[in-house]
Amino acid sequence: MGTLAIGKSTRVDLSINSVRELNQALHQAEAGSAWEVTHPNGQHAIAVGLTLPLTVRIEGHVGYFAAGMNEQATVEITGNAGVGVAENMMSGRVHVAGSASQSAGATAHGGLLVIDGDAAARCGISMKGVDIVVGGNVGHMSAFMAQAGALVVCGDAGDGLGDSIYEAHLYVRGAVGALGADCVEKDMRPEHVEELARLLAAAGRAENPAEFRRYGSARQLYNFHVDNAFAY
Amino acid sequence: MTSTTTSTCPMPSGQVPEPPAAANTTAPTDPAGRARAVATASAGVTQTADPAALGLRENNTFDRTTMAAIRHAAQTGLYDIRGGGAKRKLPHFDDLLFLGASMSRYPLEGYRERCDTDVVIGARHAKKPLHLKTPVTIAGMSFGSLSGQAKEALGRGASEVGTSTTTGDGGMTEEERGHSETLVYQYLPSRYGMNPKHLRMADAIEVVLGQGAKPGGGGMLLGQKITERVAAMRTLPIGIDQRSACRHPDWTGPDDLRIKITELREITDWEKPIYVKIGASRPYYDVALAIKAGADAIVLDGMQGGTAATQEVFIEHVGIPTLAAIPPAVDALQEAGLHRQVQLIVSGGIRSGADVAKALALGADAVSIGTAALIALGDNDPALENEYRKIGSAAGYYDDWQAGQDPAGITTQDPELSKRLDPVAAGHRLANLLRVMTMEAQIIARACGKAHLLHLEPEDLVALTIEAAAMTRRPLAGTNWIPGLAGAYGGPGA
Repeated sequence: MGTLAIGKSTRVDLSINSVRELNQALHQAEAGSAWEVTHPNGQHAIAVGLTLPLTVRIEGHVGYFAAGMNEQATVEITGNAGVGVAENMMSGRVHVAGSASQSAGATAHGGLLVIDGDAAARCGISMKGVDIVVGGNVGHMSAFMAQAGALVVCGDAGDGLGDSIYEAHLYVRGAVGALGADCVEKDMRPEHVEELARLLAAAGRAENPAEFRRYGSARQLYNFHVDNAFAY
Repeated sequence: MTSTTTSTCPMPSGQVPEPPAAANTTAPTDPAGRARAVATASAGVTQTADPAALGLRENNTFDRTTMAAIRHAAQTGLYDIRGGGAKRKLPHFDDLLFLGASMSRYPLEGYRERCDTDVVIGARHAKKPLHLKTPVTIAGMSFGSLSGQAKEALGRGASEVGTSTTTGDGGMTEEERGHSETLVYQYLPSRYGMNPKHLRMADAIEVVLGQGAKPGGGGMLLGQKITERVAAMRTLPIGIDQRSACRHPDWTGPDDLRIKITELREITDWEKPIYVKIGASRPYYDVALAIKAGADAIVLDGMQGGTAATQEVFIEHVGIPTLAAIPPAVDALQEAGLHRQVQLIVSGGIRSGADVAKALALGADAVSIGTAALIALGDNDPALENEYRKIGSAAGYYDDWQAGQDPAGITTQDPELSKRLDPVAAGHRLANLLRVMTMEAQIIARACGKAHLLHLEPEDLVALTIEAAAMTRRPLAGTNWIPGLAGAYGGPGA
């Protein structure tokens, strides 16, 4: 693979090298190494399955599943991201400077996903411990069946927010189109303000935690009961 | 049907069915249903003689099982959830017969001439395809639905004969990875316990789109089986009903699936075969799309396939029989020019070497067993008759796998129950079954003149019923008539 050493970084040009070559190199990289990826041009599965504390900066837009299943690595995307960015992330940090398509952070177990722009539908679907901070709005059915972790929305949320939510924490600064089944507004207790402030700071944002409202599970649908049949 | 919690759709608990031997010929075959019928009838009515002996005739549409279900729904507002597969009689492999060799075909000598059984799965794209010694594999079953001891036993049994096991919803456990020489990792819609480390530890990855018992349906692991360990694996609270999603959260449609498969390959450096599992409903189209999405192998699960727990109405009324599903799947593979290159693994009611041989003859490359494997481990063993009675069931009838009370220690998370299962002995029983099924298939293959199980072909088969003839496009035995196909052989049936 034709890579270029830039100071302490290695540069990979995806107009020359393939995504396969990039991922293979990242899978075999030294822990702590830094990488710059140019000309991603919306290709899919860029920088997926990383297992080490690498730093990867992607200059431009990426397609589906960028930084999917990330472990430990810090991945920065300067453009927009396609479907399923950072899906099933286990740890580390993924930062999208632009906006993200649907299912951002889907089923992710850990780490921090930051989206400076908007995120489309189903952001944080089935999230299992990840923290997600969205600078703009999120689309409908975000945090659907969210199990654990926190979703912070600095803008508005679409319809069906937190539908069938389990134990995840949702914080929204703007308007909520409609809450989903079994999702209710909850008190902002000191520990929630503290959690929110920590997440905003980690995402590099300046919003005031006092401007947010918290949503979570009413836990009425955790066990099926016939009287709730029409709630689903 | 019993359940000890208020969490779901329980049937009346504490009712003990009549012994199966006492059932008359018109009695419902479901002991729980019979228990309900008896309980209802016993309210002020003395049962003395056989109703049939009194000249009474049971209604075929509203038989006693049906009436009991109606009463139960009316009384409780609940439907039945259970495990297992379809109980209704369906067209199946028994409706096919092998022709064997005589003059027009030349047989191989039984016990002396070689008939190979090995199969390679996933060589289309993967650097490390699977090499199995027998085409009989173990189907995906979850930890949560099964005990750790049962998963260990499955791994031991399969490894003893050189075949693969498969994980299930909830993730990979040490028991199954530690005891399975070849392990297929299921990538499921719920992504419960989904860990990329396990993707890399697996020998193949199976993207699950559906299950034969419930195509289009998700799962429901009821709260009574959600122990601390299961809850931790699934990142959910202890004791709540756990819904498994019916669709994947980050892709929709076959074009997205193609990208998802590429991602999985990238993460595992293109080493692992990627299977796609579908529940049999529209197999021609689903297989064609799975091929287009880049699957290395396709798992086709027919309606007789089991499940840990779902609505009975789903099990009995959604999907198509395994027998009917294979020919259109093979059509799709042949039209793509990829038959035997993209392997077809068929599951759903495989019980014997004859079933194995028939599935292969119809075009499958391998089969998977689930329920048969559980029976080999000890599920529904008559030796546990008294234990089954205590929980309102009977040996041979037990299907309340969702309740977590399995006396055999297989479909439970109760540590006291699960330690009843000796994984070494149970694993050996499974290995014996796998050997027998393989040898039975070899016996048939030799009689058809085949030196390898995969040389079996549709021409070795005839149908015993018109339905089977139509579904499999094999001629009705003794004729050359294939319903729906005119002039297939140019003979009098054309």
